[in-house]
Amino acid sequence: MIKMNILSKKSNKVKHVKNEAFKSFWERNRLSNGYLLKKTIGRKIFKFCRAIMLFGLVFLIIQPILSKISVSFMEERDLYDATIINIPRTWSTSNYELSSELMNYWKGLGQTLWISLLVAVIQVASTTLVAYGFARYNFPGKKLLFGAVILSIVIPPQTILTALYLNFRYFDIFGIFKMVTGQSLNLLNSILPYLMISAGAMGLKNGLYIFMLRQYFRGIPKEMEEAAYVDGCGKLKTFLVIMLPDAKPMLTSIFLFSYVWQWTDSFYSSLFLRKFNLLSNSVAGLADKLMQYIQDISNRTQFPSTAYTQAIISTGTLMVIAPLIIIYIVAQKGFVESLAQSGIKM
Amino acid sequence: MDKEKNQPRQRKQKKPKSMAYRNAVAGYLFTAPFIIGFLLFLLVPLMQSLRMAFSTVKFEGGIAYYFIKFANFKYIFTVDAEFVPLMLDELWQMIYTIPSIIVFSFFIAIVLNQEFKGRGLVRAIFFLPVILSSGVLVGLETNNTLMQGLKDVIAETSNATSITDVVKSIFFAEGAYMGPIQYVFDAVDRVYDIAMSSGIQIIIFLSGLQTISASMFEAAKIEGATAWETFWKITFPMVSSLILVNVIYSIIDFFVRSDNEVMNHIKDTMTASVEYGRSSAMAWTYFAMIAVIIAIVSAFISKRVYYYD
Repeated sequence: MIKMNILSKKSNKVKHVKNEAFKSFWERNRLSNGYLLKKTIGRKIFKFCRAIMLFGLVFLIIQPILSKISVSFMEERDLYDATIINIPRTWSTSNYELSSELMNYWKGLGQTLWISLLVAVIQVASTTLVAYGFARYNFPGKKLLFGAVILSIVIPPQTILTALYLNFRYFDIFGIFKMVTGQSLNLLNSILPYLMISAGAMGLKNGLYIFMLRQYFRGIPKEMEEAAYVDGCGKLKTFLVIMLPDAKPMLTSIFLFSYVWQWTDSFYSSLFLRKFNLLSNSVAGLADKLMQYIQDISNRTQFPSTAYTQAIISTGTLMVIAPLIIIYIVAQKGFVESLAQSGIKM
Repeated sequence: MDKEKNQPRQRKQKKPKSMAYRNAVAGYLFTAPFIIGFLLFLLVPLMQSLRMAFSTVKFEGGIAYYFIKFANFKYIFTVDAEFVPLMLDELWQMIYTIPSIIVFSFFIAIVLNQEFKGRGLVRAIFFLPVILSSGVLVGLETNNTLMQGLKDVIAETSNATSITDVVKSIFFAEGAYMGPIQYVFDAVDRVYDIAMSSGIQIIIFLSGLQTISASMFEAAKIEGATAWETFWKITFPMVSSLILVNVIYSIIDFFVRSDNEVMNHIKDTMTASVEYGRSSAMAWTYFAMIAVIIAIVSAFISKRVYYYD
C-alpha cells in the first residue's frame, strides 16, 4: 500500500491508481455489492479454524513427549501427589540416572550409533545401485524382478523369520563349510547375518527404499548421462559421478529413514543383534530389569508400582529418541523438502 | 536411436555386442545385490518355511523335517483357541482403521500444502510420527498400563471418557441408531492413533499434491470453478493413484507393525513353545490373508484411479 502510494505520487499522470488505492475498505465493499466483506470474513474464519485445528493436532502429537519429559524429572512420591500436575515439585535427575544404569545407556548408545550407521550405509548403497538398475536399464525379466521387489515389501518378515533364523544357525554355502570343518557355521552371535541381509537389499523396509529411489531416478532427465556416455564415460563412473550428486536430497532422506528405523527396530535387532547392547533391545526389557533391580536391593519379591515403572520407561524412551530428535531437527528441512519433491507415483 | 548409429561401426569389429545386450548386462550387474539377496534371504527361507508349514520340525544335530501334510493347518484352525479370533480381530480392525487413516492423511496433506505462517514447523511435527511410531516405541506406547488405569478411573468418576461421549449424550437418545456417525465418533476418539500412523502417508500425498501444476488451478479459477469443484475435478483425480499406494502401504504397515497381536502369537509359538511347523503355518496363513486383501483392494481401487499421463 505504502509503496503504491509513493509510486502513484511520483507519476502524477496515472491518477486513477492513487484513487483506487485510497478507497476505504467499506467503499470497495459497497462497489462489490457486499461480496468483498463476505469474502474477507470467510477467509478470516477459515484461517482461524485452520489455526485452531492445526494447533490441536500438533499438540496432540507432541503431548506424549511433553508429558514424558515432565514425568521423567519427577521423584517417585511426586507421581502419587494429586496436587502435582506436569511440573514436578522437586526437580531430580534420579530417573535418568537409574534408567541409564539399567539400560547401560552410554555403551548402548555408542553401539547403536555405529551399528545403525554401518547398516544404514550398506542399505543405502545397495538399494541405490538396485534402484538405478531398475530405473535406467532394460533387461529381460525386469518386470518379474520388480514384482519380486513388491513381494519383498508385502511379505511380513515374520513369515520367513523361522527359516531365516535356522539358516544362519546352520549357515552353509552349498555344503562347503561342512566339507572343510565338519560342521556348519553358527553365525547367530555375530553382526554378519544382518550385514549380509542389508547388502542383499533385504533389510528392514528395503523394498520401499528401492521403490522410492527408482521413482526419483526416473524423474531425473537422461540428457546428462547421455552426454557423459558420448564423452566416453563408463556406466559405473557415470552413475557415481553424474547421478549420485543429482540424487543427493533423496539419498539423504533414504539414509535418514534407514538410520532411524534401524535405531528403533526391534524385529531384526532382537533376532540377530542380541549380543550387542542395542538401545531398542534394552528399552524393551527395561520393565523387567527394573523389577529385578528393585528385588535385588530390597532382597524380597517386591514389585515396583505401575506408575514408577511407567516413569522409568518414559525416561528410557526419551533417552532412546533424544539423539533421533536432534538428528531430525538438524536434518528436518532438507528431509521434508526432498521427500515432498520426490513425486512418488505408481 | 543409439542402436542404429552404432550398428555399422560394430559390424566392422570382431565381437559385435549390441547396446541392448550391454545394457542388459549392466542392468543385471546393478540389480545383482537384490537378485542375490532375494534368492538367498527371501525365496529360500520362504520355501523353507513353506516346507516347515507342512511338517514337524525337530532338532537332531541338524534340522529334521517330518512331512505331515495339513496337520499343522488343521491344528491352528481347529485346536489353537487364539489364532483365528486374533486374526479376525486384526482383520476387522484393519478394515475399520484404514479409511480413517487415508482420509486423515489426505486432509492433512491438503492443509499442509497451503501457505501459512509457521508451515515448516507444523510440517516437521506432523512428520515426527515417522520416528515416534516405529519399531520398539509403538509397543512401549500401547503397553502403557498407567494411562489405561487413569482412563479407567476417569470413566468411573465421570461416566464419559471422551468428548464424543458427551456430544452423543447431548444429541442422541440412549441406544438410538447411530449408523455411520458412530464411525466418525470412533475415528475422533482414536485421532491420536490415526495421527501417529499416518506420517508416511501424509508425505506421499504431499509429494503428489506438489506435482499438480498451478496452471490447472488457475485455469479452473478463471472458468469460475468453486473450491469444492476444483477439489473433486482436479485435486482428487490427480492424486487418486497415490490413494492406491497409500492404502496398500497402510495395510502392510498395519499388518506388520510390532505391537500386532497375531505377530506376537506367531513369535511366541516359535520361541516359547518351539513349534516351528505350527508357527510357519500360522505365518503362511496370515501372509495369504494379507495377499488376498491387497489383491482385492488394489483391483477395486485401480479401476477407479485416474492416470494423467
